[in-house]
Amino acid sequence: MNVIYFIFQQTMFFTIPLLLVALGGMFSERSGIINIALEGIMTMGAFTSVVFLNRTGGVMGGQGQLLIAICIAMATGALFSLLHAYASVNMKADQVISGTALNMLAPAFAIFIGRILNGVQQVQFNNTFRIESVPVLGSIPLLGPLFFQNTYITTYLGFLILALSILVLYRTRFGLRLRACGEHPQAADSAGVNVYRMQYCGVIISGALSGLGGLVFVVPTSTNFNATVSGYGFLALAVLIFGQWKPIKILYASLFFGLMKAIAAAYSGIPFLNNLGISSNLYKMIPYIATLIVLIFTSKNSQAPRAEGIPYDKGAR
Amino acid sequence: MEDKKQRGQRSLLPLLSSISAIVVGLLIGFLVLLCSNASQAIPGFGAILTGALTHGMKGVGQVFYYATPIMMTGLSVGFAFQSGLFNIGTPGQFIVGGFGACYVGIMMKSLGGVHWIVALFASILLGALWGCVPGILKAFFNVNEVIAAIMMNYIGMYGVNWIVKSYKPMFNNLRNESNPVAATANIPKMGLDKIFPGSSVNGGFLIGIIFIVLIYLLLNKTTFGYELKAVGHNRDASKYAGINEKKSIIVSMAIAGAIAGLAGGLLYLAGSGKHIEVVDVLASEGFTGISVALLGFNNPIGIFVSSIFIAYLTAGGFYLQLYEFSVEIIDIIVAVIIYFSAFSLVVRLILARLRQGRKGGNKP
Repeated sequence: MNVIYFIFQQTMFFTIPLLLVALGGMFSERSGIINIALEGIMTMGAFTSVVFLNRTGGVMGGQGQLLIAICIAMATGALFSLLHAYASVNMKADQVISGTALNMLAPAFAIFIGRILNGVQQVQFNNTFRIESVPVLGSIPLLGPLFFQNTYITTYLGFLILALSILVLYRTRFGLRLRACGEHPQAADSAGVNVYRMQYCGVIISGALSGLGGLVFVVPTSTNFNATVSGYGFLALAVLIFGQWKPIKILYASLFFGLMKAIAAAYSGIPFLNNLGISSNLYKMIPYIATLIVLIFTSKNSQAPRAEGIPYDKGAR
Repeated sequence: MEDKKQRGQRSLLPLLSSISAIVVGLLIGFLVLLCSNASQAIPGFGAILTGALTHGMKGVGQVFYYATPIMMTGLSVGFAFQSGLFNIGTPGQFIVGGFGACYVGIMMKSLGGVHWIVALFASILLGALWGCVPGILKAFFNVNEVIAAIMMNYIGMYGVNWIVKSYKPMFNNLRNESNPVAATANIPKMGLDKIFPGSSVNGGFLIGIIFIVLIYLLLNKTTFGYELKAVGHNRDASKYAGINEKKSIIVSMAIAGAIAGLAGGLLYLAGSGKHIEVVDVLASEGFTGISVALLGFNNPIGIFVSSIFIAYLTAGGFYLQLYEFSVEIIDIIVAVIIYFSAFSLVVRLILARLRQGRKGGNKP
């Protein structure tokens, strides 16, 4: 039983960042802008917020410090994503190229500035954020160890953002307009929707969530930030497609991917899996292979937003 | 007469937009240096611009050595672009190809004189295999090649790590990387060591140039190349015109993969002490290829020039450490250049449209 609790808790550490970033990607793609820069935005968000944790480590600690770091990560991500929004919306640039440029820029920037600040590229921080057990809830049998022990507030924040995303996307005027821009921007425009503004909103939301995802990825799994989020942004892109651009399916996809990542990271500590003698590389590969297979079955009638990746041109006929 | 002049302008235009992107990139790089340490900024910037030439001919040789793999990955991306495909799968194709070369280089020691040629062919073959998967998925299942290629990157990287690590003769336990290849598997110097003494440049650079020429000829002088470009411009129209567009997509991705795989072979058989490191990081040479292709406007000759340009900056970047800057400034500069060259694509399109509009208006 303890093994199951352990795997479940580990899975959460990997699932939540994927969930957040994929949801972010969803907002961007639903508005019609492909955001391949998720990886770079995560890196930037993680970098600034971990620098904050590093600098305030002596004076602050605990959940308050983490909350401020969360705000910093989201703000950084939103700001950095503006570069992508400007290129894609105003300059009508190829969105994949602009995203690739940002992905290159982010780690280089993090290493360069990190070296100037600390002399080395790793930015250390003290992890004072782990919640051993949530009062009262943590002592519930079964559910307690699963959801309320050895956890972080970011886990709950992740689920909160999931609920909010569903609400915003399907139950608000904003969500309807955003989806319209991704499907048929001309129609949305003729109904009086400001397509450019909606696309800016989509990209900025994706930036904020990706920035947050970067921090959420680093905090539970490491005690320093080494200018990389190890391909999580690209994995989140796979989650987004696996989840067919729909929030609930994105949750399932990120749980599956998170489980695979957790097994790859922790399998040597689990007697049953260790005895199988399968290389951790196989577990690392499975999410990507699974995504390829899902792509084969779903791409013929893909649920992807129809106008995705095509710069919206008001004058086009 | 006018027509000729217009054509001249049109070929100058992308050059101008690339150059302006480069200037902006360098300026921003200078600003970053200035902000981080004003007193060292000017000598530091000088190192970026001229550092590569510090050691004369040896330095030039090093630039060619750095340029070789990224010239090939760049050619791979650029070639796929010509047929309307974005090959972001170069990191995967690169490492899989490199693995093929190392496998032959380490395991098949009895091949003698043709050892390095067989090893290079292995890299080409495996790269083509890796490249054609997204091509097949695109042609038959309408899978977006960018996403499929990203998946293939990670599958390739983890797969190579897995095999290298679990295969005793290939794995160097102490350094967590692949063992060196046999001496016969190293690409001969082909006389380049006489011209550039002391540098790591080797025959791989010449092989790279041969491939640049081959791809240039394929694209511009053959029916097949014409078909590839036609499919790139308009898939449906080409199908209507009787071109087998599925075949074109698959073959184009396979060739792109083959070139990226060769890049891996050329690097790991260079005899410069490069081995496959078992780390969970995608090969940076692959991503640099995207920059090279974009900067060289996807044209083989442009790619040749831009790969040398980026290699020149990288070589200069090493000297930056003398001024206590880290080499990542080069990546920042290149990223900024790519970001702005994405803009210039648009500027070019608008200008082309304007000109077309004017021409259309003159017609009765």
